[in-house]
Formats: sequence, structure tokens, C-alpha cells
Amino acid sequence: MNWTVIQQALPVFAKGFELTLWLSLIGIVGSIIVGVLASLIQYFKIPVLSQITTAYVELGRNTPLLIQLFFLYYAFPVIGLKMSAEVCGIVGLIFLGGAYMAEGFTGGFNGVTESQISSGKALGMTNMQLARYVVFPQGFALSMPALTANIIFLIKETSIFSVIAIPELTNTALDLIGMYYRSNEYLFMLVVAYAIILIPIILLLTWLERRVRYGAFGD
Amino acid sequence: MAHSGINILFAGNNFGRLMAGLWNSIWIAAVSLVIGLIVGTIFGVLRTSNSKILRLILRLYLEFFRIVPTVVLLYLVYYILPELFHINWSASWMAVLAFAMWVAAEFSDIVRGALQSVPESQREAGLALGLSKVQLFRYVLIPQAFKLELPAMINLATRVIKTTSLLLIISVMEVINVGQQIIEANNQQYPTGVFWVYGFIFILYFVLDYPLSAWAKSITNKQK
Repeated sequence: MNWTVIQQALPVFAKGFELTLWLSLIGIVGSIIVGVLASLIQYFKIPVLSQITTAYVELGRNTPLLIQLFFLYYAFPVIGLKMSAEVCGIVGLIFLGGAYMAEGFTGGFNGVTESQISSGKALGMTNMQLARYVVFPQGFALSMPALTANIIFLIKETSIFSVIAIPELTNTALDLIGMYYRSNEYLFMLVVAYAIILIPIILLLTWLERRVRYGAFGD
Repeated sequence: MAHSGINILFAGNNFGRLMAGLWNSIWIAAVSLVIGLIVGTIFGVLRTSNSKILRLILRLYLEFFRIVPTVVLLYLVYYILPELFHINWSASWMAVLAFAMWVAAEFSDIVRGALQSVPESQREAGLALGLSKVQLFRYVLIPQAFKLELPAMINLATRVIKTTSLLLIISVMEVINVGQQIIEANNQQYPTGVFWVYGFIFILYFVLDYPLSAWAKSITNKQK
């Protein structure tokens, strides 16, 4: 391990680090929005739309991000839709993440106990009120563990962007290895960089998960 | 002469080559899963042991795999194994090693969680019958935990299958890698071939994974 090599590579890594953070953030926010919309469509069983959503969720969850990206990046231009690598990456990540998030939220809504729903009905709540005051608040709290797992998963999935040459962390490291043949140093930096991103996020999300469950159920 | 793009799949022995690539992905996933699940079960049992040091080491092992993306893991094995340990396996076996270690980590946590949710009375009843520690795990705890962990185990299998798509980065001749070669070789004759080949592989993965994840979901629903 040569420390000067590491020192010299720091500025380049910092750039990749920043891009990984940005792409993850956009991907996560986008996935949550798509996931919430999809789970609402499924909850209210909106005709036609809910069948399409179910098909999307199953497709997104059961295919690898890499082939989704290859399809967007290499196959879409053939039918006249050309996007930059970064746009493909974000679209692919949201396609994948939205499906995972939808599954998580739907699982949360379904986890709300029957007794809660019948109590609401006994109080004379309409279906809308039931959804607004009983199912959603408890359902979102129940889906927190899935949300947490998905956020961490999506950040790690950005490493796959390296295959379509988006200069994020992994791609940066591979580029450096290709140029200087210093695999130990650059791989070490790569692992440390992911640890710097993920450890605080894992700790924060674990804490938040506990708070939300406490707020919702008081246990 | 106009060619319909979809014919690229059946021209020459393209279809057979794609299937051979798919088989490569499947056996790597299967072997990694078998090894990973066995090692993961052992690690999971050890994580319920009384030794603090052992629990800490296994916890750190798990956290390492939680943090490092699988792409990076593959590169780590690919670069570091030959350089530091002078091990020169084929890329496929290096992938098996990386995946098995990763599966073992994830599964150890699933096993630990399931073991801890087997009711205490079961353990006590077993001990009261005079079962030894090994017998207790073998006949009481592991069979009961198995039911609880089955859906998570199947979901892990679907993830391993999806992750085999990454094998092309360490030059394993898996289905996407074969697909790339077919696209490049037939680019003149089938300019839209890329659409069909990647579309076909997309569907292949779906056909492999969807039944498994539907199965896991139906088990979870029954257990509720």
C-alpha cells in the first residue's frame, strides 16, 4: 500500500464521490415518488392503471439493473430515443427503485391489522377517511424497514453505473486502475469511500426507523 | 434485402450460444447459493452463541458485505486473490467465491433472526428432554427456524440470479456477455439486433426470477 498514490488520487475520487451522492439522491427521491404513486394506485385498485402498475412492479423487481441499463443505453437509440449515460442511469435506477419502493409501501398498507380497519369502520369512517387516518399513517410506519433497506440497496446499485461509463466512484476507481495498475490502493479507497457514505446513512436510518415506530405505536 | 431484427436470435447458432451463456449464469448462481446457504447457516447458529468475540467477528463480516456493493466485491476478488494470495482460478470460480461469501453473510443474519424468533419454550422443552446442544439445533431449532426463513431464502436466491448479470465485468461468458458478442458480430446484417438481444435477455431474467419471487410471496401470505 503506497500512501502517496492514495493522496494523489484523492481529488479524482472526490469527484466520483460527489457524483455517486447526487445520482443516489435523485434516484432515491424519484423511486420514493414512483413507489408512493404505484402503491396508492394499487391500494385504491384503480381499474386498468392498477394492472399496469402490478406488471411494472413485477418487471422492475425481477430483472437486474444492468440489463435495464443496457436496454436504455444501447437498445433505445435503435428505436430513436437517445439519452446520455447519466440520464439512462437515473431513469434505470428509478425504474428499479420505484418497483422496490412500491412493493415496500404496499406491504406496509397490507400489514395494518384487520381490527384497526374494523374499528375505523365502526366509528363510521368513510373509505377515504379510513385510508387517510388509519391505513396510511400506520402503513408508512410499517414500511419503514423496507424503505431503509431499499435506500441502502439503491446507493449500492449506483456502482453498476460504471458499466455504462458514468464517472461515479466505481468507474473512477476502475479508470485509475486501468491507467496506473495500482489495484490495491484504488480498491482500498473505493471500499473506504462506500463505507463513508453508507455507515452514517445506515446509523441514521436505523435511528429514524425506531423513532417512526415509536411515534406510530408507542411501543 | 430487409431483415427483421428478431431473426438475430435464431440466426446461426445464436440461440444455442445464448442458452449456453444462461446456463453459465445459472450454475454459478446455484453453486454459490448451496455453499453460501450452508456456510450462512453455520454463521447464523454461531451468532446466537455466548462468545462475544465470535459474535463481534461475524457481525463485522456481515457489515462488510452490507457496505461493499457486489460490483466492487467482484473486482476485489478478481484483483486481490491472484495478487496477494497467488490463487489463479477461472473467473467463474472467483465469482462463485465472491457470491458464496456474500450469500453466507446475508443468510447468517436471516438464520440468526429466525432462530431468535423460535419460542423460548421450545428450547427449554428440548433441554428438559435431555437433548445435547447439537441435537437441540438439529432437531428443534433449525427445522422450526427453516419455515420462518424460507421466504427470505427464496428472495435471496432471486437476488443472486439477478446479480449474475454483473459477471460480465470480470469477463465470465454469461448470457449478457454472449449477447454483446452476438450484437457486435451481426451489427451489419441486423442493425436493430441490439434491441432484440437485450430485450430477450431482459425477458429471460424475468422468466427465471418471477416464479421464485411469486412463490416467496405466497408463502409469506400463508404464514400471516
